[in-house]
Amino acid sequence: MSGFMGNGSTGNGFAGFVLRRAVGVLVTLLAISVIIYVVFYVTPGNVAQITCGPRCSPAQVQQVADQLRLDDPLYVRYWHFLEGLVAGQDYSTGTAVQHCPAPCLGLSYQSDQQVTELILTKLPVSLSLVFGSMVMWLILGVGTGVLSAWRRGRLSERVLTGVTLVGVATPVFVIGLVLMIVVCGELELLPFPQYVNLTDDPEQWAWNLLLPWLSLALIEAAAFARLTRSSMLETLAEDHIRTFRAYGVGERSVIGRHALRGAFAPVIALNANNVGSAVGGAVLTETLFGLPGIGRELVHAVDVVDLPVVVGMVLVVGFFVVIANALADVLYAVADRRVVLA
Amino acid sequence: MSLVEVTDLTVGFGELRAVDGLSFRLERGAALALVGESGSGKSTVASALLGLHRGTGAYVGGAVEVAGIDVQRASDDELRRLRGARAAMVFQDPLSSLDPYYAIGDQIAEVYRVHTRASRRAARARAVEVLDRVGIPDAGRRSRARPHEFSGGMRQRALIAMALACEPDLLIADEPTTALDVTVQAQILDLLHTLREETGMGLLLVTHDVGVAAGSVDEILVMRHGRVVEHGPVATVLGTPAQPYTRELLNAVPRVDGPGGPRPRVDGPGMPRPRVDGPPAAVGGTASVTASGGGASVAASGASAGTGAGTASGASSGTRPGTASGVAAGAAVEEAPSAAVVLEAVGLRREFGRGKRAFAAVDDVSLTVRRGETLGIVGESGSGKTTLGRMLVGLLEPTAGHISPGGGVRPDVQMVFQDPVSSLNPRRSVGESIADPLRARGERDEGGIRERVRELLERVGLEGAHYDRYPHEFSGGQRQRVGIARALAADPRVIVCDEPVSALDVTTQAQVVALLGELRRELGLALVFVAHDLAVVRQVSDQVAVMRGGRIVEYGPVDEVYESPRDPYTRQLLAAVPALDPAVAAARRATRRAARQQLAAV
Repeated sequence: MSGFMGNGSTGNGFAGFVLRRAVGVLVTLLAISVIIYVVFYVTPGNVAQITCGPRCSPAQVQQVADQLRLDDPLYVRYWHFLEGLVAGQDYSTGTAVQHCPAPCLGLSYQSDQQVTELILTKLPVSLSLVFGSMVMWLILGVGTGVLSAWRRGRLSERVLTGVTLVGVATPVFVIGLVLMIVVCGELELLPFPQYVNLTDDPEQWAWNLLLPWLSLALIEAAAFARLTRSSMLETLAEDHIRTFRAYGVGERSVIGRHALRGAFAPVIALNANNVGSAVGGAVLTETLFGLPGIGRELVHAVDVVDLPVVVGMVLVVGFFVVIANALADVLYAVADRRVVLA
Repeated sequence: MSLVEVTDLTVGFGELRAVDGLSFRLERGAALALVGESGSGKSTVASALLGLHRGTGAYVGGAVEVAGIDVQRASDDELRRLRGARAAMVFQDPLSSLDPYYAIGDQIAEVYRVHTRASRRAARARAVEVLDRVGIPDAGRRSRARPHEFSGGMRQRALIAMALACEPDLLIADEPTTALDVTVQAQILDLLHTLREETGMGLLLVTHDVGVAAGSVDEILVMRHGRVVEHGPVATVLGTPAQPYTRELLNAVPRVDGPGGPRPRVDGPGMPRPRVDGPPAAVGGTASVTASGGGASVAASGASAGTGAGTASGASSGTRPGTASGVAAGAAVEEAPSAAVVLEAVGLRREFGRGKRAFAAVDDVSLTVRRGETLGIVGESGSGKTTLGRMLVGLLEPTAGHISPGGGVRPDVQMVFQDPVSSLNPRRSVGESIADPLRARGERDEGGIRERVRELLERVGLEGAHYDRYPHEFSGGQRQRVGIARALAADPRVIVCDEPVSALDVTTQAQVVALLGELRRELGLALVFVAHDLAVVRQVSDQVAVMRGGRIVEYGPVDEVYESPRDPYTRQLLAAVPALDPAVAAARRATRRAARQQLAAV
C-alpha cells in the first residue's frame, strides 16, 4: 500500500516537473518573440525601402509597406504573428494568395518563402554540425580534463593545460582554415567540404562534416577540458574518494568510477548551454565551410531586416537552448538521485 | 610480532611537523586510543598506518609496520593489498565518506572484489552478509539504498561493514562517532566492542573525546603537538594522570554525572540580580511523556549506573580549577528567583513544508527565561532545538504560539552561532562584523562605534587592536569570542547560543563556557544554551529542557533533571553518555547489552 502511494507521488512529481518545464519553455519563447518585435520596431531604418531594394520608387516602397502591413501598430502585427502560429494564415503576395499552415511563422519579407519551410531546410544542417561536434568535444574535452587532473603537477599535465589554453584562445576560422589548407589542400586527404544530406548519403555526410566538426569541437573541447579538470580536482579531494583509496581500490577505478561521476554535473550543464547556443551560433564555422545552416541565414536576415525570418530562427534557437537545459536538469536528477525534481 | 609497530614516526607538511618522533606498538587483538585535541596529529598517524600520505607531498620519516608489512618501503601494489584487506579504516563523517552515487551494497562489494577476486554475485552476497552483521535490518533490501537514504548511525554501520568485508586484522577508527548523536554513539561503540570480541581484530581508535576512548580501549596514548604526552593502560592514564597536560585535558571535559564544574555561578562581584526565595521557576506546562517501553527499561538501568559514576568521579572533579568560586550546585536553583522574566514563549509551534509533507519541527513548546538565568535546551539532531532557538531570536516566525516580548527580530535577543568560521564574513574585518548591530541600530558616529567595538573586544578577552584583523587570523575559540562580542554589541538582555562550543576543543570549550558565565554574571544577561552535549548543558544551565521530536519531554531545574530524570527518554540519553571511568563504562555497556538481549528475547 505504502509502496503504491510512494510510486504515485514520485510519478506525479516527475509529470509535474515536465509540465512546469513545458510552461516555462512557452513563456520564455513568447517573451523572446515580444522582445524581438519591440527591438525591430524601435530600430531606425526603413524596412520597406530595404525590402524593396534601392531602386524602388516611393510608390513601390509604399506598396511593399502595405503588403507587409508595416504601417499597422506593433501590437496588431504581433497579434497577427500569434494568430499565424496557432491557426495558420493566408498571405497575399500581390498576385496570388498563399496559405501558410500552422505553425506559421510568417513569410520572409525578402523571398516570400514561408519561414517554417525555410527553417526546416536549414535546421538539419545545423543539427548535424552541432551534434556531431558535440560527440567530439565531449570525448576530447572530458578526456583531456580527466587526464590532466590525474597527472596534476607533472609535465604531461602542463603540456595539456597549455594546449587547451591555446585552444580557448584560437578563433574557429584560424583552426578551420589551417585544417582545410592542410587536410584538403596540401595532403589532399579529403575534398573541400560540401554539405550532403544525411538521408541522401550517410557516408558522404560524415566525411564532409568531419572538418567542421573537428574545428568547432577543438574550440569547445578546450573549455570542457578546463571545466572537467577543476571539477575532477574538487571531487578527488572529497572524503569518499579517500575512503576508496584507503580500501585499496586502484587509482583507475577511483578516477573512472567514483571521481568522474561526481565531476560530471557541471559538464552536463555547460554542454546544455553550448549545444543550445551552437544551433544558431556556429556562424563562423558554417560560413567558413559553406554550410547552409541556421546561423548564416540568421545573420543574413538581420542584415536585411527580414523580421519574420529573424523571429522564427531566434525562436527555434531559443527552443533548443531551453530544451537542452531542461534535458540537463533531468540528466542531473538521473545521475544524482539526491536531486529532487521539484 | 606486533600487529602495529610505529618507530620514531615523523610526518611533515611543508614547514609544519604534524607528527614528531612518535613510537608505539599495538598487539594482535588489543585496542589503543590516540587521544588529543585538534592539530595534535592523531589523524595524521592513522593515515600513516595505511600509507595514505604517499603521493600527497607530505614528508614521512621513521618506520611503520602493519601486519608484517613495512608501509614505508612497500610497493604501491603491496600497499593496496594491505589497505582494506589487512587493515581497514572507518572515518569520521559517514555521509561524505561514502560515494553518493552508488548503492551501499555495491560499494562494499567493490571493495571486497578488489581484494578477493570474488564474482560479482558472491561479492554482493558478502556485502549483504556484513551489513546484516553490523545490525542493518533487512540488509538485502537496504543494501540497494544510496547513502543519503540511510540515517547517520546506519551510514556509520555501513562503513564498519565495509571495513569488516575482508576480515582485517586491524581496524582503524578515526573519530568514528563524532558526527553522531549520543545514543547512536553508544550503539556504534558497543558494536565495535562486540565485533572486536568476536573477530579478535585489533583496534586503533582516534578520538578527541576522552569519554569515547575510556570505554573502548585497553591502552591510551595522549598526543599533543605531534608528540606523546602520556601512554599507558587506560585506567592508569585516566585515573592517575602523570602529566600536567593530561590532567588539564581531563579537567576540561565537562561531566554529566555530577555538578561542581567551573559552573558560572550567580554570586560574582557586581551581581545585579535581586534574589528572592521562592518556588522553582515555572516548569514547562507541556512536559509530556513519550518513549517506547523497550527504551525505558534500558534507560532506567543505565541511569542507575550513571549515578554510580557520579560518585566515582567525584574526587577528580574537586581538583578542577574554578570550583573554588562555585557555590553548591543546587544553590541557584533552590533560590530560584522570581527575577524579571525577559523572554517567555507560550505554545510555540513551527511547521515546515505544506500539505501532506508538512511536519512540525517544534510542537507546543512553552518556556520562560529570567534575568541572569541560563536555560539549557538539550536534544539530539532533529529534535527541533535549533528551530526553537531561531524562533526565540526572531529569525523564524512561529506557525502558532507567541513569544513575549514579541514582534519580528528582537534587538534585545541576540544569537551566537555554532560555527564560528562560517558565521563571520571572511572578507570583512572582525571589527566591522561586530559593528554591524550598532550600525543597524542607527549609530553613525564612526569614532563612537570604533570605541565601543574596542570595548567589546576587550570584554570578550581579545585585544582592542584586533579591530582590523580578519577572521582567518584567529583560532576557533577566538572566532567564537568575536561572535559573542557581535551578539553583545546590541546590548541584548538575552543571548541564544546555538551549539556555541560544539566545534571547539575541550580546553577551548571550557574557556568559552567560562566567558559566557562571566558575561551573564556581570551584565545580568539571560542565556539560552542550545546543545546536544548533555555534559556541557549541565555545566552551564540553571534550568534545562530536554527536547525530542519537537516537544519538550522534560523541563526543570538542572540538577533535578540530571539526577532524578522522570522521562524515560532523558534516562536513555543520560545512560548513553560515555563515562570517563573505564570500569563504569564497562558496567554501562553490560547494562545496555542486557537490555538489548531482553528486547530481542521479547
